[in-house]
Amino acid sequence: MRLIYFGVLAIVLWTGAVLAQNGPLKIEITDGVIEPLTFAVPMFEAKNIEAAAIATKISRLVAKDLTNSGLFREISANRFIAQRTTFAEAVRYPDWRAINTQALVTASVETSSTGRLTVKFRIFDVFSGVQLGRGMQLSGSTQAVRRMAHKVADQVYERITGEGPYFDSKIVFVSESGPKDKRLKRLAIMDFDGENVQFLTGNKNIVLAPRISKDGKKVLYTSFETGFPQIYLLDISTAGRKRLPTSDDGMGFSPRFSPDSKRIVYSLQQGGNSDIYLMDLATARSKRMTLSLAIDTAPSFSPDGRQIVFESDRSGTQQLYLMPVSGGTPKRISFENGRYGTPVWSPRGDLIAFTKQSNGRFNIGVMRDDGSEERLLSGSFLDEGPTWSPNGRVIMFARQTQGPKGAPSLYSVDITGRNLRALNLGAPASDPSWGPVQP
Amino acid sequence: MRLIHLAFVPFLALVACTDPEGGFNGGLLGDSSSWDDPAANAEDQSDPTSQAFFEKKIGNRVLFEINKYTLSSSAKAGLDEQARWLIDNPQYVIIIEGHADEQGTREYNLALGFRRAQSAQEYLVSRGVSGLRLKTRSYGKERPLEICSAERCYAKNRRSVTLLTAGLS
Repeated sequence: MRLIYFGVLAIVLWTGAVLAQNGPLKIEITDGVIEPLTFAVPMFEAKNIEAAAIATKISRLVAKDLTNSGLFREISANRFIAQRTTFAEAVRYPDWRAINTQALVTASVETSSTGRLTVKFRIFDVFSGVQLGRGMQLSGSTQAVRRMAHKVADQVYERITGEGPYFDSKIVFVSESGPKDKRLKRLAIMDFDGENVQFLTGNKNIVLAPRISKDGKKVLYTSFETGFPQIYLLDISTAGRKRLPTSDDGMGFSPRFSPDSKRIVYSLQQGGNSDIYLMDLATARSKRMTLSLAIDTAPSFSPDGRQIVFESDRSGTQQLYLMPVSGGTPKRISFENGRYGTPVWSPRGDLIAFTKQSNGRFNIGVMRDDGSEERLLSGSFLDEGPTWSPNGRVIMFARQTQGPKGAPSLYSVDITGRNLRALNLGAPASDPSWGPVQP
Repeated sequence: MRLIHLAFVPFLALVACTDPEGGFNGGLLGDSSSWDDPAANAEDQSDPTSQAFFEKKIGNRVLFEINKYTLSSSAKAGLDEQARWLIDNPQYVIIIEGHADEQGTREYNLALGFRRAQSAQEYLVSRGVSGLRLKTRSYGKERPLEICSAERCYAKNRRSVTLLTAGLS
């Protein structure tokens, strides 16, 4: 199986290297964001006739990405007073103020006979009557229209929110089919918005919990390929895979990369006991990290690579523990009522997301790495397996419905707990793992 | 789905297939269907040395309480019968599968299934079954027997299953 990848998109600042400056137009993202910022994306100008359809597509996608973030609200085109046609024309601010547009995005789109796609765009702060930062130019292949749109949306998002981008990213997940007692599972990868799904494995063997590397090139996962759960490393560009030799060739599962992708943490089953191990990928040597008779599993690195957080039932119920990668005594951090599992450190390092079971329900929540400020962001019959957007603002997870026909699908939620959204993939999906913003 | 052939794959094949460099690509043992598949038991139960007899007359399942892996007295009684039969029928090698209900995270349930399989294994060994014949694995919550989301189904899904494969002799 081969995946074809788009050429790398080139981003250049159009009029010199000036970073976006956050002027008066800014969304302060705190728990208190209630009113989304209004924006307008007039149809992007096509510089040549061949670019017309692409210009339409990109402008609609930019608007969709911004809207889906929950932080923006689009002013629809039928309210526009100014009917912009050319990119060069000066912005008539009063026309946009009159329909309560706070941010305006204008752009031109051009294609070349060699298949080059170029987008120039500007962002305006309507009420201040100024352009926000300088104009930008992106160029890439005409095969990469969606990526181009996500890149433009990322720039707009970044300049206005001051947060890192996340639209031009991919997510690895498990695509499911078949009845609940004989579910078929295969690894797949898609764009952050659920488009462009491509399969990375067949569905002959149960595959679980893929984890993408920080460079977006590799995936760790657990497969029953040998008949027993084992850890595999898959190269996304070739879909080639190899089994990783776990300690004593035991049954390994629940692997995750270190931030530099050179090591992995995983849990290994030996007898009735599962412990956390650390493997150096270059030497394939493993080192045992925990020594308890309890179930220790679901380890995850801190973004600085110095600590791991994992779940253990050594206290009698599943709880979260931190320990240094260099070794030491694990320290319990979760103390509220309930059982905690699948902890994942935010890429910003400020929060740990987890799955919590209490009162017969499952929640996705976040807490500080000392266990304080716990907040639950979702709740249902079965929510589990959080993964962070590359900018640490959005969490995706799987929600399984109840009953004989129950099946999982992917949801995302803002870390404020707002903007819960289902991703409609047309087939059951679970175990998402969010990759980096693409270069 | 019928997977009768799976039950007769020699145990040695399991070992061979774990070769990481083997380029092994699915195949018999890699099939996603659990061995705990009633359709696979179509064999004649009248032969008291048959797998079908073991599965139907002796019983190859043991049930567990929520989040528990300790053996109840009825679980032990069932394993006592299993042990007697397994000792009398040394031609089989044994895989014990552990399973969990859906009320738990994927990773925890995998570990819990292992614990359940291990509990059953340790008990069988304590009753005289050779540990060399036994191997365990967990399916976590991936292969429920019953698919409703209620305790009557969960109770049947929290199980260990003793599976037989033809031995080397």
